[in-house]
Amino acid sequence: MKLYEYLGKKLFREYGIPVPRGKVVASAEEAAEAAAGLGEVVIKSQVLSGKRGKAGGISFASNPDQAREEAGRILQMEINDLVVEKLLVEEKLKIEQELYLALAVDCSTKLPIVLASLDGGMDVEDVPEERMIKWPVDVSIGLQDYAVREICRQLGVSGSLKNEIISFMPKLYQFFRAMDAELAEINPLAVTAQGLVAADAKVTIDDDAIFRHRELPKIKEKTALEMRADELGLAYVELDGNIAIMANGAGITMATLDMVQHFGGKPANFLDFGGGADVDRTAQALELLLATNPKVLLINIFGGITRCDVVAEAFVKVRERKGFNLPVSFRLVGTNETEGRAMLEKTGIKVFSTMDDAVRQAVEAARAL
Amino acid sequence: MAIYINKKTRVLVQGITGKQGSFHTGQMLDYGTHIVGGVSPGKGGQAVEGVPVFDTVFEAMEKEPAEASILFIPAPFARDAALEALDAGIKLLVLIPEHIPLHDAMDIMAFAKHKGAVVVGPNTFGLVSSGYCKIGIMPNKYFIPGPVGVVSRSGTLCYEIVGHLTVNQTGTTTVVGLGGDRVVGLHFIDVLKQFEADPETRVIVLIGEIGGSAEEEAADFIAGGISKPVVAYLAGKSAPPGKRMGHAGAIIERGKGTFDGKVKSLTTAGVKVAALPGQVVRLIQEAM
Repeated sequence: MKLYEYLGKKLFREYGIPVPRGKVVASAEEAAEAAAGLGEVVIKSQVLSGKRGKAGGISFASNPDQAREEAGRILQMEINDLVVEKLLVEEKLKIEQELYLALAVDCSTKLPIVLASLDGGMDVEDVPEERMIKWPVDVSIGLQDYAVREICRQLGVSGSLKNEIISFMPKLYQFFRAMDAELAEINPLAVTAQGLVAADAKVTIDDDAIFRHRELPKIKEKTALEMRADELGLAYVELDGNIAIMANGAGITMATLDMVQHFGGKPANFLDFGGGADVDRTAQALELLLATNPKVLLINIFGGITRCDVVAEAFVKVRERKGFNLPVSFRLVGTNETEGRAMLEKTGIKVFSTMDDAVRQAVEAARAL
Repeated sequence: MAIYINKKTRVLVQGITGKQGSFHTGQMLDYGTHIVGGVSPGKGGQAVEGVPVFDTVFEAMEKEPAEASILFIPAPFARDAALEALDAGIKLLVLIPEHIPLHDAMDIMAFAKHKGAVVVGPNTFGLVSSGYCKIGIMPNKYFIPGPVGVVSRSGTLCYEIVGHLTVNQTGTTTVVGLGGDRVVGLHFIDVLKQFEADPETRVIVLIGEIGGSAEEEAADFIAGGISKPVVAYLAGKSAPPGKRMGHAGAIIERGKGTFDGKVKSLTTAGVKVAALPGQVVRLIQEAM
């Protein structure tokens, strides 16, 4: 789950990480009030998207009237299709230098990794590889001072800035570990006369660890259908084609989508209803899919712990209940295949035994519409 | 010979009294796996499918020493159970659960390294040395002995491809599921090394998907250190960037982990990449 900047900064503050003074507001009037106590301010749209500056979603104001005007303008905006509902009004920092600092999860070493660069303030993708220092952290000892000293040496940083970094970096590491973050990125990390300040906060919390952080608000990043699928524990992604697809297992579901595209069709979604689902869960997955009004339905089951008879029973039940009549392409093999096949064939559904045949049939049906 | 596990491997099942744990204990016993004990705190003294249940892994190791353990424990509690197994001396740990928190997975991997143990998964179907020993949840009937070594990031897609092989009377030496998560114990490279050294494995099948850089790292390794033919299939060609396709690790982020990039790396390394799952069989036959 991605956190809004203001929320990331609020959490930073709890971990002793300095952030600019500021306030979250939802109207131009509030922005003017917030600016009154802060002098020169920066007004930042709170959307879960990068490149806000380029899109015009970040602005400056030197007095409350200007802040009102700028806030009013930004609140009308949509940034990368996201509506701006909140703004962060902050003191404008007097920045001497901009650094880049992040903690992320490194899948290769299976460890947290520090990413640090003197090229702060620009797109991280544009930072040359050799100017980004990477330091995997052994979780059994955590981020020790010697490691930060070495990172500073590699960065070419010395003197008082080095000392500030040595006191700053372990706080970010503690935050990263304690909050189950998968990313905690500060770009830019501002060098000011008052010390290091996190001028931005890009934080993503591991979805699988949200249960340990009930204090966090739920942040919507998904469509209504995707959220419904989340509630049901289904892996679902909306796409823009017309062939609705349901399969068991992430790999085979992806492969089914790929094959639809290979034969010239367009997938309407990705729906993996997992292994070993019972009748109810399978029926819920199917109903979710039907709610998208697809033109063709493609079901690909390779039953291991998933039982073919269970899938067939769920399908027959949902069809009786909803009475849908769209073209269905069904592939069913594996555990209890004979029973499942018999149940479907009794209701006039043709069952394929290979994925290729089922996909071809679905693509043809979609083409015939 | 097979890799990682064989007929003699003594196996524990953690979470043996649960629905999944007890069902798969039966399935693994049917396959011939030498399961010596189960662990379920508070249920010591019971038996599941004739297998004695212990309260702790330490107790199990005292009475029925084992080399391997398989976990059927809900994700929020998996870290504790995994660390317990490693601390008690388990050398091969198979983590079945999906949704184990990332930081928990990192803790488990670091401790395993410290203890010199191998972790398979999380979010894996496990591994099977065909005909001898299965430590996992894959359907028994598709895994018959033969000359093909298989390593896969996903379960059902692996069954689909191994199923094609079985229909064509081609069996497997060992099939290893790496797991669909971002932080997993074994990577392609680890398993490729083992297959290269295993005299019975003649061809290697690599089943990958979008996201991360495991396939690219495997390609570099194959170019430098694998003499046996490698055939691959990759899922996720049609996946849009920024969307998580079922597996936590199956996501194209910041332009990294794309299908085309992976295919290019593997092809450059001399790997034959199948366009459809059904074509893997033919590529294997050609390679042999």
